Amino acid sequence: MGDKLDILLNILSVSCYEGLAYGLLTIGFFLTFRVLDFPDLTMEGSFPMGGATAAALIVYAEWNPFLATLGAVIIGVLAGLITGFINTKLKVTALLSGILMMVGLYSVNLRIMSGSNIPLLRHDTVFDLAGQVLGLGKMGLAIAVAGAFALLAFLLLTWFLHTEIGLALRASGDNEQMVRGVGADTDKNILIGCAIANGMIALTGSLVAQYQGFTDVSMGIGIIVTALASAIIGTALFRPNRVITMLLACFGGSFIYRMIITVALRLGMSPGDLRLITSVMVLIALTIPLIQKLTRGEWVPPAPRL
Amino acid sequence: MSNVNSQPVLKLDGVRKTFSPGTVDEVVAIDGVNQEVKAGDFVTIIGSNGAGKSTLLNLIAGMFPPEKGGKIHINGQDVTNLKEYKHAAYTGRVWQDPSVGTAKILTIEENLSLAFSRGKRRKLIHAINRNRRSLFKEALKPLGLGLEDRLTCPVGTLSGGQRQALSLVMATISQPALLLLDEHIAALDPTTAKTVMKLTSEIVNREKITTLMVTHDMDIALEVGNRLIMMHKGKVILDLNRKAKSALTISDLISAFEKASGDKFADDKVLLKAD
Repeated sequence: MGDKLDILLNILSVSCYEGLAYGLLTIGFFLTFRVLDFPDLTMEGSFPMGGATAAALIVYAEWNPFLATLGAVIIGVLAGLITGFINTKLKVTALLSGILMMVGLYSVNLRIMSGSNIPLLRHDTVFDLAGQVLGLGKMGLAIAVAGAFALLAFLLLTWFLHTEIGLALRASGDNEQMVRGVGADTDKNILIGCAIANGMIALTGSLVAQYQGFTDVSMGIGIIVTALASAIIGTALFRPNRVITMLLACFGGSFIYRMIITVALRLGMSPGDLRLITSVMVLIALTIPLIQKLTRGEWVPPAPRL
Repeated sequence: MSNVNSQPVLKLDGVRKTFSPGTVDEVVAIDGVNQEVKAGDFVTIIGSNGAGKSTLLNLIAGMFPPEKGGKIHINGQDVTNLKEYKHAAYTGRVWQDPSVGTAKILTIEENLSLAFSRGKRRKLIHAINRNRRSLFKEALKPLGLGLEDRLTCPVGTLSGGQRQALSLVMATISQPALLLLDEHIAALDPTTAKTVMKLTSEIVNREKITTLMVTHDMDIALEVGNRLIMMHKGKVILDLNRKAKSALTISDLISAFEKASGDKFADDKVLLKAD
């Protein structure tokens, strides 16, 4: 009985930490894909770049891990700005802008790390530093640190998205014509949105790298699908229609998605199979509306291409 | 003061616009328009299909620039090559499609706040505060639709007519130099269209905003405003002041059109209505 409770607690606490950390990434995904209606694939590069930057700054430059984490966020913001620039100023489609960035960033990440990975095990991370003050166990510490970053991001974004600039940004994804019609620069909104989103994604990358004690150039592969899965779960459960519920849906969706993954691993699933499982999960979620339409005998429009 | 009044709010000089130039699809949408619109004018614009009415409004709103040589001045400022969002400092717009003028995911007060910042620098301050809220309520009350009690409702829950009425308030709340109405009642059912048209006249008269209104409804074009412009193939072919148009009927207008253009009047919506 005690064993089972331990396992349950462990699953819950792991999911809690991961839900908070990856919730930041899901918010980044939500901001571009849903709020801005800008399908930004940069995250496949900016997520490992967050980890690479934080690790390189901690190991090679011997920065304080908190400063290194801040550095990772700034690098992520820059990546987002470049994606936004390619789209708004060079007029390349959002999808292709993100693909170009994601491919290009792979090489940049190898350069940042001077190799394909950096182990962090002998170096203090934000978790170690927080542990010196808080003195919690490993899992409690992970939740506390991720929770602190999540809370900070939650408060900042809730405030920002209700300001005049934030409002114009939220309207951009819904009705660009109207936003320009009331005198707001939609290009600027895309730039700001991509910058914030990729900053959040790089933050997740740096936290994950520091928690797991290493960073790897391939840790971004497929991250977009996990973000999508979390966003779908969050949207289904919270039906977000305002800023606060939207942010909570991102954390809640990540928590549940991560719990499913943790349970799957516990049940003996190979970590290598997880991406297929995630893809199939997303595919099922995406085709539910189609199946509902077909069973009701409704007309189904041709598939969208973009 | 008289100096300010004598300056036209809108001045178009040699404005031309060709779509797909140099291809088989080349269309001359605006073919050399020179016009001045005085402060306080309410101009109705009519014309057959493809006359260039909407293109003219789009040019004035800065959706695209006119061809080289053409100039657009608003309140004496050269706005010819300003980006669309910078034009918006001078112009408020209402589109034909009620969904274009408002953001459905935002609340009524958030939409109004977006419009309230027209022509001002958007800042990192809360978009809604108590002062603004009471200002928005005051602006919505005259509509008589009860929207002032639903400030925090998402706009997506409003009907087309309500959204169009809200668009009107949004287009005028920051007192732009020019109000551009692009067939803004054409997509509404007849009763709602009548209500929104009445609200339009009330707002324009109360705020004394210089207005350009494209319409298919000849009754309204004759009844509303103090000036009527008829367009054909990208040119202004008829320009009537209040006195001249008050004496006209729809059939007068159609024969005036056929005389001025040497063409048959072709507008499916108008002919259906005029029977």
